[in-house]
Amino acid sequence: MFAYAGRILRVNLSTGKVETEPLKEELSKQYIGGIGLGIRLLMDNSKPNTDPFSPDNPLIFVTGPLSGTMGPTAGNGYAVVSKSPATGGVAESKAHGFFGPELKRAGYDAVIFTGKSEKLVYAWIDDDSVHLLDAQHLKGKSPYETDTAIREELGDYYIRVSAIGEAGEKLARFAAIINDEFRAIGRTGMGAVMGAKNLKAVAVRGTKDVNVADLEGFKEFIKMIHERMKGPATRKYRTLGTPENVLVLNALAALPTRNFAQATFEGAEKVSGEYLNEHFVKKIIGCATCGMRCDHVAVVPEGPYKGSMSRMEFECLWALGPNCGVDRLDAIIEAMRLCNHYGVDGISTGVVIGFAMDLYENGLLTKENTKGLDLRFGNHEALIEMVKKIGTREDWLGNVLAEGTMRAAEKIGKGAEQYANHIKGLELPGYDLRGLKTAALGFAVSFRGACHLRSGAYSPDVKGKVNRFIIEKGRGKIIMAEEDVYNVIDSLILCKFSRGTYYDGLDDMAKYYTLATGIEVTAEDLRKAGERINNIARLFNLREGVGTREFDTLPPKIMTVPIPDEGVAKGAVVNKEEFELGLDDYYEVRGWTKEGVPKAEKLKELGLEEFLNIISKTGEE
Amino acid sequence: MAKLHERKFVSADPEKCVGCSVCEYACSMMKEKTFNPTKSRIRTIRLGPLVNLAVACRLCEEPACAAACPRDALAQEENTGIIMVDEDKCNGCGWCIEACDYGAIMLHPEKKVVYVCDTCKEEGKPQCVEWCPEEALDFVTADVLAQKARRTAVKKLFQEGVEKASQSE
Repeated sequence: MFAYAGRILRVNLSTGKVETEPLKEELSKQYIGGIGLGIRLLMDNSKPNTDPFSPDNPLIFVTGPLSGTMGPTAGNGYAVVSKSPATGGVAESKAHGFFGPELKRAGYDAVIFTGKSEKLVYAWIDDDSVHLLDAQHLKGKSPYETDTAIREELGDYYIRVSAIGEAGEKLARFAAIINDEFRAIGRTGMGAVMGAKNLKAVAVRGTKDVNVADLEGFKEFIKMIHERMKGPATRKYRTLGTPENVLVLNALAALPTRNFAQATFEGAEKVSGEYLNEHFVKKIIGCATCGMRCDHVAVVPEGPYKGSMSRMEFECLWALGPNCGVDRLDAIIEAMRLCNHYGVDGISTGVVIGFAMDLYENGLLTKENTKGLDLRFGNHEALIEMVKKIGTREDWLGNVLAEGTMRAAEKIGKGAEQYANHIKGLELPGYDLRGLKTAALGFAVSFRGACHLRSGAYSPDVKGKVNRFIIEKGRGKIIMAEEDVYNVIDSLILCKFSRGTYYDGLDDMAKYYTLATGIEVTAEDLRKAGERINNIARLFNLREGVGTREFDTLPPKIMTVPIPDEGVAKGAVVNKEEFELGLDDYYEVRGWTKEGVPKAEKLKELGLEEFLNIISKTGEE
Repeated sequence: MAKLHERKFVSADPEKCVGCSVCEYACSMMKEKTFNPTKSRIRTIRLGPLVNLAVACRLCEEPACAAACPRDALAQEENTGIIMVDEDKCNGCGWCIEACDYGAIMLHPEKKVVYVCDTCKEEGKPQCVEWCPEEALDFVTADVLAQKARRTAVKKLFQEGVEKASQSE
């Protein structure tokens, strides 16, 4: 096999047993790698209704076929897949940086961790030699501190480490796994699954060659992508970065503010990408093999948070900023630094704090609950305090919020769920769905819960390609097409920031894949793989009892509280009729029943017959 | 023998280098026909997010690596200043590696002999410089580097001068 390592590593943390097995070529072709291969391995290696924190829930690190090659962005990624402690359904998240290619060079397409170690350990993968080493001295350390300590104690500066922080050890349901200081496997709580296994980190040193099938052709292809990366397709990421969205969305009245109380933020200018770059961004750096470089490293130059440093992207900036009514970038940078320090997803952290602030302002939480903390919107000191409390699960409130918005609302009661902004248990990212209705539908049907990266369904709304204030027939088709492409992107583990450089979309990607692997595929083969991946993810959710229509929902605020801001979006809200129509439309184009269950013929068409039992159990066929 | 200031070597601009390691991949692709940074003649170092630099052989005069070799396996080519390794003589003892202040000479993971940047002399120009997406790498002489440094310094001084002038108005 070319580009693929051709091997899967199994590590049983309960027994310490380590095995390898060959990667079946058929699997690689059908599921590509990354999240596709990961979800298939999850399906094959887990039993129904396993608790996400059970030793039996596998935690799967997967590389992509291009990881370890010189392919810009695709060369440097990895994904982690498991059952989510946030949603109870399929969990997947990707990160770039330097860890993924190291794992490939060590000779693995995937590592499946099962069981649970008795004591805190880290896995040391040194090419073919795999050991579980004591990590009790690393307890409570941040991912970056862990990274540094491991490289020092193993005596090799080029070891790459992917680790959890205190929040992961303490099973915060939106805990992240972080590599290269601030590259996060952020969403769906993979850090908590790792914590439940008593696995503090995975350290890798790989020295093997990664060979492609057609070196000359591959070289030409990546030269072209490098050139395109210098052009307009990546301008945003190379200049202001994703925080450019702040003013764009604010102008559209689609920037959720104060836990979706408003859709415009009066402090937007002060937290804009423009302001960030002028006053805080010190350097823009890159991941392995990618010269596009997008990592806006922000440093606070003065004031109470002087010296605080973090990479800043739009979603986390929004969640910790406008969504909490905070208009100070220095505090937002410090809050983000703390998210990386404790190892939590910045989006979920900001949203759960915004939720708590909303409850406080509306009297559902009192000073008694907050231990005297004045948890009103805009209080940047309270924001920082709450990140710390969540990261360490300190006090009643920190502990409750670390369970995520959905479970926190249940625990707090008193109608708190009316303020909870999540889908399937995963917190919303920074798009006001009331005025971006293709996104609303896309987020609702996403298999990992509320997510802007499962389909990019916000794009036609923001770009004005559709009427963003209505859901109508035809949106299902748009979403499905985007989802299938995004599944391919996440299985090749291309960075989504580079998606615009594939001018011919799936045709370019098929060429890229074939040059590297020698496996002939067409754009249609890849599209179909994308569709297969979406269906197997849905099947996993069905198997776990969270895959039917009743789980494809929107938060109460999106469906009942119209946008109050004067201007273009005033009064916008998603009504039940249009939403149900949208679901029907989407299920129909997907070849699913009205209940959102894939039909038998669809499974046969995609080569998923072996899972017919899952759909028959749901009583739909 | 070509004078020291006429020798061209690969140098990275710390202001521009983002630590992406494209140079390492380009080197292994060119020299080893594979993708493997552990076989690259140029190496990137990231000491935290703000400190990134790629390092390759600087073709020193009276190179410490060659002087340190007990088996006379290393010699400096007269015209170019490139360090040539006699793979039959080298036994991988590593004295040269220790002697190099820049970590620019390394032990090959498979051949077990040392290897070092030869500025892609057979290919005409260094491939890392060709591929560097940030234009952070230059194939330059020390003289040109000095010129660049002078120009940058004067520009900075001048800029500060302009700012001071505008403040005093």
